[in-house]
Amino acid sequence: MATLENEVLADQGVRISTATPADYFALLKPRVMSLVVFTAVVGLVVAPGDINPFIGFIAILCITVGAGASGALNMWYEADIDKIMKRTANRPIPSGRITKNEALGFGLTLSFMSVLVMGILVNWFSASFLAFTIVYYAVFYTMWLKRATPQNIVIGGAAGAFPPMIGWAAVTGNVSIESFALFAIIFLWTPPHFWALALFKKSDYGAAGIPMMPNVKGERSTQNQIFGYAFLTAAAGVMPWAIGFASTGYGVVSALLGAVFIKYSYDVWMMPSDSETNAPAKKLFGFSILYLFLVFSALLVESIIARVMA
Amino acid sequence: MKNEATQENEVMYEEGIVLTDAQKKSQRARNIAIGLVLGGLVVLFYGATVVKFGPEILQRAM
Repeated sequence: MATLENEVLADQGVRISTATPADYFALLKPRVMSLVVFTAVVGLVVAPGDINPFIGFIAILCITVGAGASGALNMWYEADIDKIMKRTANRPIPSGRITKNEALGFGLTLSFMSVLVMGILVNWFSASFLAFTIVYYAVFYTMWLKRATPQNIVIGGAAGAFPPMIGWAAVTGNVSIESFALFAIIFLWTPPHFWALALFKKSDYGAAGIPMMPNVKGERSTQNQIFGYAFLTAAAGVMPWAIGFASTGYGVVSALLGAVFIKYSYDVWMMPSDSETNAPAKKLFGFSILYLFLVFSALLVESIIARVMA
Repeated sequence: MKNEATQENEVMYEEGIVLTDAQKKSQRARNIAIGLVLGGLVVLFYGATVVKFGPEILQRAM
Protein backbone atom coordinates (compact mmCIF):
# COMPACT_ATOMS: atom_id res chain seq x y z
CA MET A 1 0.00 0.00 0.00
CA ALA A 2 2.68 2.41 1.09
CA THR A 3 4.80 1.45 -1.89
CA LEU A 4 1.90 1.99 -4.26
CA GLU A 5 1.25 5.32 -2.57
CA ASN A 6 4.86 6.34 -3.12
CA GLU A 7 4.70 5.37 -6.77
CA VAL A 8 1.64 7.56 -7.22
CA LEU A 9 3.39 10.43 -5.44
CA ALA A 10 6.53 9.94 -7.48
CA ASP A 11 4.47 10.12 -10.67
CA GLN A 12 3.15 13.47 -9.50
CA GLY A 13 6.67 14.71 -8.83
CA VAL A 14 6.25 14.51 -5.04
CA ARG A 15 9.21 13.07 -3.17
CA ILE A 16 9.43 12.11 0.47
CA SER A 17 12.98 12.44 1.71
CA THR A 18 14.85 9.63 3.38
CA ALA A 19 17.89 11.84 4.02
CA THR A 20 19.37 11.57 7.49
CA PRO A 21 21.12 14.33 9.48
CA ALA A 22 24.38 12.58 8.54
CA ASP A 23 23.63 13.24 4.85
CA TYR A 24 23.18 16.94 5.55
CA PHE A 25 26.37 16.93 7.59
CA ALA A 26 28.19 15.33 4.63
CA LEU A 27 27.02 18.28 2.47
CA LEU A 28 29.18 20.53 4.66
CA LYS A 29 32.38 18.72 3.56
CA PRO A 30 33.48 17.96 7.15
CA ARG A 31 37.09 17.22 6.23
CA VAL A 32 37.56 20.57 4.53
CA MET A 33 35.69 22.18 7.42
CA SER A 34 38.10 20.69 9.96
CA LEU A 35 41.03 22.43 8.24
CA VAL A 36 39.07 25.69 8.19
CA VAL A 37 38.23 25.39 11.89
CA PHE A 38 41.82 24.72 12.83
CA THR A 39 43.38 27.55 10.80
CA ALA A 40 40.67 29.98 11.90
CA VAL A 41 41.32 29.09 15.55
CA VAL A 42 45.03 29.76 15.03
CA GLY A 43 44.27 33.13 13.39
CA LEU A 44 42.00 34.04 16.29
CA VAL A 45 44.42 32.96 19.03
CA VAL A 46 47.59 34.51 17.58
CA ALA A 47 45.92 37.84 16.79
CA PRO A 48 46.93 40.67 19.10
CA GLY A 49 44.23 41.77 21.52
CA ASP A 50 41.59 39.99 23.50
CA ILE A 51 38.23 38.55 22.66
CA ASN A 52 35.73 37.12 25.11
CA PRO A 53 36.17 33.32 24.87
CA PHE A 54 32.44 32.80 24.30
CA ILE A 55 32.36 35.39 21.50
CA GLY A 56 35.55 33.79 20.12
CA PHE A 57 33.74 30.44 20.12
CA ILE A 58 30.82 32.00 18.24
CA ALA A 59 33.24 33.51 15.70
CA ILE A 60 34.79 30.09 15.04
CA LEU A 61 31.34 28.51 14.84
CA CYS A 62 30.23 31.10 12.26
CA ILE A 63 33.38 30.59 10.18
CA THR A 64 32.83 26.81 10.38
CA VAL A 65 29.18 27.02 9.35
CA GLY A 66 30.04 29.52 6.59
CA ALA A 67 32.69 27.14 5.25
CA GLY A 68 30.23 24.25 5.44
CA ALA A 69 27.61 26.34 3.63
CA SER A 70 29.98 27.03 0.76
CA GLY A 71 30.68 23.28 0.64
CA ALA A 72 26.94 22.61 0.32
CA LEU A 73 26.62 25.23 -2.43
CA ASN A 74 29.63 23.67 -4.16
CA MET A 75 27.94 20.25 -4.07
CA TRP A 76 24.69 21.75 -5.34
CA TYR A 77 26.44 23.17 -8.38
CA GLU A 78 28.75 20.23 -9.03
CA ALA A 79 26.26 17.37 -8.73
CA ASP A 80 26.71 16.59 -12.43
CA ILE A 81 30.48 16.08 -12.21
CA ASP A 82 30.35 14.50 -8.75
CA LYS A 83 28.27 11.73 -10.32
CA ILE A 84 31.09 10.93 -12.76
CA MET A 85 34.06 10.90 -10.38
CA LYS A 86 34.58 7.78 -8.24
CA ARG A 87 35.83 9.89 -5.32
CA THR A 88 32.58 11.90 -5.19
CA ALA A 89 29.92 9.57 -6.65
CA ASN A 90 28.59 8.61 -3.22
CA ARG A 91 28.00 12.19 -2.08
CA PRO A 92 24.42 12.90 -0.93
CA ILE A 93 23.21 14.55 -4.17
CA PRO A 94 24.63 12.19 -6.84
CA SER A 95 23.52 9.19 -4.76
CA GLY A 96 19.98 10.60 -4.65
CA ARG A 97 19.65 10.99 -0.89
CA ILE A 98 19.29 14.78 -1.10
CA THR A 99 17.93 16.78 -4.03
CA LYS A 100 19.79 19.70 -5.59
CA ASN A 101 17.14 22.16 -4.40
CA GLU A 102 17.35 20.88 -0.82
CA ALA A 103 21.13 21.36 -0.89
CA LEU A 104 20.75 24.86 -2.35
CA GLY A 105 18.27 25.88 0.34
CA PHE A 106 20.44 24.38 3.05
CA GLY A 107 23.59 26.14 1.77
CA LEU A 108 21.91 29.54 1.35
CA THR A 109 20.26 29.39 4.79
CA LEU A 110 23.52 28.50 6.54
CA SER A 111 25.43 31.18 4.58
CA PHE A 112 22.95 33.87 5.52
CA MET A 113 22.74 32.80 9.18
CA SER A 114 26.50 32.49 9.68
CA VAL A 115 27.19 35.97 8.25
CA LEU A 116 24.31 37.56 10.16
CA VAL A 117 25.29 36.06 13.53
CA MET A 118 28.96 36.92 12.94
CA GLY A 119 28.01 40.51 12.19
CA ILE A 120 25.68 40.97 15.17
CA LEU A 121 27.74 39.15 17.80
CA VAL A 122 31.38 39.53 16.63
CA ASN A 123 31.96 42.42 14.21
CA TRP A 124 30.75 43.43 10.78
CA PHE A 125 34.21 43.53 9.23
CA SER A 126 34.81 39.83 9.87
CA ALA A 127 31.20 39.09 8.82
CA SER A 128 31.77 40.88 5.50
CA PHE A 129 35.01 38.97 5.04
CA LEU A 130 33.14 35.71 5.70
CA ALA A 131 30.45 36.65 3.16
CA PHE A 132 33.14 37.52 0.61
CA THR A 133 34.83 34.14 1.20
CA ILE A 134 31.58 32.22 0.71
CA VAL A 135 30.88 34.07 -2.56
CA TYR A 136 34.50 33.65 -3.66
CA TYR A 137 34.34 29.86 -3.18
CA ALA A 138 30.76 29.13 -4.22
CA VAL A 139 30.50 31.53 -7.16
CA PHE A 140 33.93 32.64 -8.33
CA TYR A 141 35.71 29.28 -7.87
CA THR A 142 32.92 26.69 -8.21
CA MET A 143 30.84 28.24 -10.95
CA TRP A 144 33.57 29.76 -13.02
CA LEU A 145 37.25 29.06 -12.29
CA LYS A 146 37.10 25.33 -11.67
CA ARG A 147 35.84 24.44 -15.13
CA ALA A 148 37.56 27.27 -16.98
CA THR A 149 41.29 27.15 -16.31
CA PRO A 150 44.06 24.84 -15.05
CA GLN A 151 44.95 27.68 -12.67
CA ASN A 152 41.62 26.96 -10.94
CA ILE A 153 43.04 25.82 -7.62
CA VAL A 154 45.80 28.45 -7.64
CA ILE A 155 43.32 31.34 -7.66
CA GLY A 156 40.54 29.41 -5.93
CA GLY A 157 42.95 28.40 -3.19
CA ALA A 158 42.51 31.87 -1.73
CA ALA A 159 39.08 30.80 -0.45
CA GLY A 160 40.71 28.14 1.72
CA ALA A 161 43.38 30.61 2.84
CA PHE A 162 41.01 33.30 4.12
CA PRO A 163 39.78 31.57 7.35
CA PRO A 164 42.84 32.48 9.52
CA MET A 165 42.46 36.09 8.33
CA ILE A 166 38.78 36.01 9.30
CA GLY A 167 39.72 34.58 12.72
CA TRP A 168 42.27 37.38 13.07
CA ALA A 169 39.69 39.97 11.98
CA ALA A 170 37.23 38.64 14.56
CA VAL A 171 39.64 39.85 17.26
CA THR A 172 41.18 42.96 15.71
CA GLY A 173 38.42 44.14 13.35
CA ASN A 174 40.92 44.49 10.51
CA VAL A 175 43.63 42.73 8.50
CA SER A 176 47.39 43.22 8.72
CA ILE A 177 50.68 41.99 7.28
CA GLU A 178 50.81 39.28 9.99
CA SER A 179 47.40 37.90 9.06
CA PHE A 180 48.43 38.10 5.41
CA ALA A 181 51.42 35.89 6.25
CA LEU A 182 49.00 33.22 7.54
CA PHE A 183 47.01 33.58 4.32
CA ALA A 184 50.17 33.22 2.20
CA ILE A 185 51.13 29.91 3.81
CA ILE A 186 47.85 28.23 2.85
CA PHE A 187 47.56 30.03 -0.50
CA LEU A 188 51.00 28.87 -1.69
CA TRP A 189 50.57 25.40 -0.16
CA THR A 190 47.33 24.73 -2.07
CA PRO A 191 48.75 24.17 -5.61
CA PRO A 192 51.35 21.50 -4.69
CA HIS A 193 48.78 19.86 -2.37
CA PHE A 194 46.04 19.62 -5.00
CA TRP A 195 48.30 18.94 -7.96
CA ALA A 196 49.82 15.99 -6.09
CA LEU A 197 46.23 14.68 -5.76
CA ALA A 198 45.50 15.51 -9.40
CA LEU A 199 48.52 13.48 -10.52
CA PHE A 200 47.14 10.24 -9.09
CA LYS A 201 43.47 11.10 -9.79
CA LYS A 202 44.12 12.28 -13.32
CA SER A 203 41.67 9.89 -14.99
CA ASP A 204 38.88 10.88 -12.59
CA TYR A 205 39.31 14.58 -13.30
CA GLY A 206 39.67 13.84 -17.02
CA ALA A 207 36.40 11.86 -17.07
CA ALA A 208 34.62 14.74 -15.36
CA GLY A 209 36.07 17.28 -17.81
CA ILE A 210 37.75 19.39 -15.10
CA PRO A 211 40.84 21.13 -16.52
CA MET A 212 43.28 20.17 -13.78
CA MET A 213 46.95 20.91 -14.47
CA PRO A 214 48.06 17.30 -15.30
CA ASN A 215 45.16 16.91 -17.75
CA VAL A 216 45.80 20.20 -19.53
CA LYS A 217 49.56 20.80 -19.35
CA GLY A 218 50.68 17.21 -18.72
CA GLU A 219 52.41 15.46 -15.85
CA ARG A 220 55.89 16.87 -16.50
CA SER A 221 54.75 20.48 -16.39
CA THR A 222 52.73 19.76 -13.22
CA GLN A 223 55.73 18.10 -11.55
CA ASN A 224 57.89 21.15 -12.40
CA GLN A 225 55.33 23.53 -10.98
CA ILE A 226 54.88 21.45 -7.81
CA PHE A 227 58.61 21.65 -7.22
CA GLY A 228 58.61 25.41 -7.78
CA TYR A 229 55.65 26.00 -5.48
CA ALA A 230 57.31 23.86 -2.78
CA PHE A 231 60.02 26.56 -2.41
CA LEU A 232 57.40 29.29 -2.23
CA THR A 233 55.45 27.31 0.38
CA ALA A 234 58.57 26.75 2.47
CA ALA A 235 59.43 30.47 2.21
CA ALA A 236 55.90 31.46 3.25
CA GLY A 237 56.17 29.05 6.18
CA VAL A 238 59.09 30.98 7.70
CA MET A 239 57.56 34.39 6.91
CA PRO A 240 55.91 34.81 10.35
CA TRP A 241 59.40 34.60 11.86
CA ALA A 242 60.96 36.81 9.15
CA ILE A 243 58.54 39.66 9.81
CA GLY A 244 59.13 39.39 13.56
CA PHE A 245 55.72 38.00 14.37
CA ALA A 246 56.90 34.55 15.53
CA SER A 247 59.96 33.42 17.52
CA THR A 248 63.21 31.92 16.29
CA GLY A 249 61.99 28.57 17.63
CA TYR A 250 59.07 28.75 15.22
CA GLY A 251 61.47 29.85 12.46
CA VAL A 252 63.60 26.73 12.96
CA VAL A 253 60.62 24.36 13.08
CA SER A 254 58.97 25.86 10.00
CA ALA A 255 62.28 25.85 8.08
CA LEU A 256 62.78 22.14 8.84
CA LEU A 257 59.22 21.32 7.82
CA GLY A 258 59.70 23.38 4.65
CA ALA A 259 62.87 21.43 3.85
CA VAL A 260 60.98 18.13 4.17
CA PHE A 261 58.19 19.55 1.98
CA ILE A 262 60.78 20.42 -0.67
CA LYS A 263 62.29 16.92 -0.38
CA TYR A 264 58.92 15.26 -1.03
CA SER A 265 58.31 17.64 -3.95
CA TYR A 266 61.75 16.82 -5.30
CA ASP A 267 60.77 13.13 -5.29
CA VAL A 268 57.67 14.04 -7.29
CA TRP A 269 59.82 16.09 -9.66
CA MET A 270 62.11 13.08 -10.21
CA MET A 271 59.20 10.67 -10.67
CA PRO A 272 58.80 9.30 -14.23
CA SER A 273 55.92 11.16 -15.84
CA ASP A 274 54.27 7.89 -16.86
CA SER A 275 54.49 6.42 -13.35
CA GLU A 276 51.74 3.88 -12.74
CA THR A 277 51.81 4.01 -8.96
CA ASN A 278 52.41 7.74 -8.47
CA ALA A 279 53.85 6.81 -5.06
CA PRO A 280 55.85 10.05 -4.58
CA ALA A 281 52.75 12.13 -5.40
CA LYS A 282 50.71 10.18 -2.85
CA LYS A 283 53.43 10.70 -0.24
CA LEU A 284 53.60 14.43 -0.95
CA PHE A 285 49.82 14.70 -0.70
CA GLY A 286 49.87 12.99 2.70
CA PHE A 287 52.79 15.03 3.99
CA SER A 288 51.32 18.31 2.74
CA ILE A 289 48.37 17.88 5.12
CA LEU A 290 50.75 17.13 7.99
CA TYR A 291 52.93 20.12 7.02
CA LEU A 292 50.08 22.61 7.25
CA PHE A 293 48.87 21.11 10.51
CA LEU A 294 52.33 21.27 12.10
CA VAL A 295 53.16 24.80 10.93
CA PHE A 296 49.90 26.20 12.29
CA SER A 297 50.23 24.07 15.45
CA ALA A 298 53.67 25.58 16.05
CA LEU A 299 52.21 29.08 15.82
CA LEU A 300 49.32 28.12 18.09
CA VAL A 301 51.50 26.50 20.76
CA GLU A 302 53.92 29.41 20.72
CA SER A 303 51.13 31.93 21.12
CA ILE A 304 49.53 29.99 24.00
CA ILE A 305 52.89 29.71 25.79
CA ALA A 306 53.49 33.46 25.33
CA ARG A 307 50.05 34.25 26.80
CA VAL A 308 50.58 31.94 29.76
CA MET A 309 54.02 33.41 30.48
CA ALA A 310 52.80 37.02 30.17
CA MET B 1 -21.78 -0.19 -8.44
CA LYS B 2 -18.13 0.72 -7.86
CA ASN B 3 -15.45 -1.54 -9.23
CA GLU B 4 -12.58 -2.88 -7.12
CA ALA B 5 -9.96 -0.40 -8.37
CA THR B 6 -12.13 2.62 -7.56
CA GLN B 7 -12.77 1.30 -4.06
CA GLU B 8 -9.04 0.87 -3.46
CA ASN B 9 -8.33 4.44 -4.63
CA GLU B 10 -10.93 5.77 -2.21
CA VAL B 11 -9.29 3.86 0.66
CA MET B 12 -5.91 5.31 -0.34
CA TYR B 13 -7.36 8.80 -0.46
CA GLU B 14 -8.83 8.44 3.01
CA GLU B 15 -5.56 7.14 4.45
CA GLY B 16 -3.55 10.01 2.94
CA ILE B 17 0.19 9.69 2.48
CA VAL B 18 1.54 6.63 4.22
CA LEU B 19 5.25 6.81 4.99
CA THR B 20 7.47 3.79 4.72
CA ASP B 21 9.49 2.75 7.74
CA ALA B 22 12.65 4.21 6.21
CA GLN B 23 10.91 7.53 5.60
CA LYS B 24 9.53 7.60 9.15
CA LYS B 25 12.92 6.80 10.62
CA SER B 26 14.78 9.47 8.66
CA GLN B 27 12.06 12.04 9.33
CA ARG B 28 12.33 11.38 13.06
CA ALA B 29 16.13 11.67 12.93
CA ARG B 30 15.86 14.99 11.06
CA ASN B 31 13.30 16.27 13.58
CA ILE B 32 15.60 15.40 16.48
CA ALA B 33 18.56 17.07 14.73
CA ILE B 34 16.58 20.26 14.06
CA GLY B 35 15.40 20.25 17.69
CA LEU B 36 18.96 19.94 18.96
CA VAL B 37 20.18 22.72 16.65
CA LEU B 38 17.37 25.04 17.76
CA GLY B 39 18.11 24.23 21.42
CA GLY B 40 21.79 24.94 20.79
CA LEU B 41 20.93 28.30 19.20
CA VAL B 42 18.81 29.25 22.23
CA VAL B 43 21.76 28.54 24.54
CA LEU B 44 24.12 30.37 22.16
CA PHE B 45 22.04 33.55 21.94
CA TYR B 46 21.28 33.49 25.67
CA GLY B 47 25.00 33.21 26.48
CA ALA B 48 25.92 35.87 23.92
CA THR B 49 23.33 38.25 25.40
CA VAL B 50 24.77 37.80 28.89
CA VAL B 51 28.33 38.34 27.59
CA LYS B 52 27.37 41.42 25.55
CA PHE B 53 25.52 43.03 28.49
CA GLY B 54 28.36 42.28 30.89
CA PRO B 55 27.91 43.09 34.60
CA GLU B 56 25.18 45.62 33.73
CA ILE B 57 22.82 42.71 33.21
CA LEU B 58 22.44 42.58 37.01
CA GLN B 59 21.34 46.21 37.27
CA ARG B 60 17.58 46.53 37.20
CA ALA B 61 15.50 49.65 37.54
CA MET B 62 13.61 49.47 40.83
